[in-house]
Amino acid sequence: MITLSDYLIVSAILFCLSLAGIFLNRKNVIILLMSIELMLLSVNINFVAFSAFMGDIAGQVFVFFILTVAAAEAAIGLAILVVLYRSKQSINVDDMDSMKG
Amino acid sequence: MTFEKFMFYLFAGILILAALRVITARNPVHSALSLVLVFFSSAALWILLEAEFLAITLVLVYVGAVMVLFLFVVMMLNINVDSMREGFIKYLPIGVAVAVISAIEMGLVIVANFGPDKVPALVRHGVEYKNTESIGRVLYTDYLLSFEIAAVLLLVGIVAAIALSMRKRPNTKFQNPSEQVLVKKADRLRIVKMKTEDRQS
Repeated sequence: MITLSDYLIVSAILFCLSLAGIFLNRKNVIILLMSIELMLLSVNINFVAFSAFMGDIAGQVFVFFILTVAAAEAAIGLAILVVLYRSKQSINVDDMDSMKG
Repeated sequence: MTFEKFMFYLFAGILILAALRVITARNPVHSALSLVLVFFSSAALWILLEAEFLAITLVLVYVGAVMVLFLFVVMMLNINVDSMREGFIKYLPIGVAVAVISAIEMGLVIVANFGPDKVPALVRHGVEYKNTESIGRVLYTDYLLSFEIAAVLLLVGIVAAIALSMRKRPNTKFQNPSEQVLVKKADRLRIVKMKTEDRQS
């Protein structure tokens, strides 16, 4: 029988992989966006697993809203990326230093 | 090992391997395609949890829309892969250390609080259970306001994405319909009075 902790451990491993991805691909904004999508997915797996095991459908409704927000975030993030590439001809994080941050 | 358990480990293994491939692939296109595999396998995991509606939504929205957008942007931009990879080896030890330590911590918390003896096993619904219907029942009653706010958020997303990426190019030729409609005869037509010339004989 699959238990709740199996799902939670899978999603914890997924979350840590995306955390490592943010560390490793510091130069590439596209991979950073993909790592953020992976993190949101691992949170969603947690929500769905808890919703199924606790017998409460509200968790799945929340996943629905997270999917909406994540889709909007990806669209706006990629639009910003395209604008950035148009002005700098590069998407390297090191080139984004015009605000001296 | 039951068939259900075998399916769970199969899809979870594919999920982890594909996620590993997302963060280590040289080519961003390969990362995006591996991310598609991650979404597919997690949709399969959600179907094992009887969340069919969300699994189908994940495939439709993520694989069908978001990942196509990602692939489109990756292929449209001319990315220098080698300069993107510098620092990968340098940050490998600390990245792996942070990931492993936080995985161990999360695992300890999960096993201590949500172990197999702490949480009752999954109650399977009968054949007559409809996941989509039960989500819709609460979504359009208890969560109606949140649903409308999510719709407004998507509209804001559309407007923001278009407003960000639209630009005026000086050499683009386009028609302005309002100016065309408002044009007067005097703007276009000029009547010139001149004397008739005599025929040169």
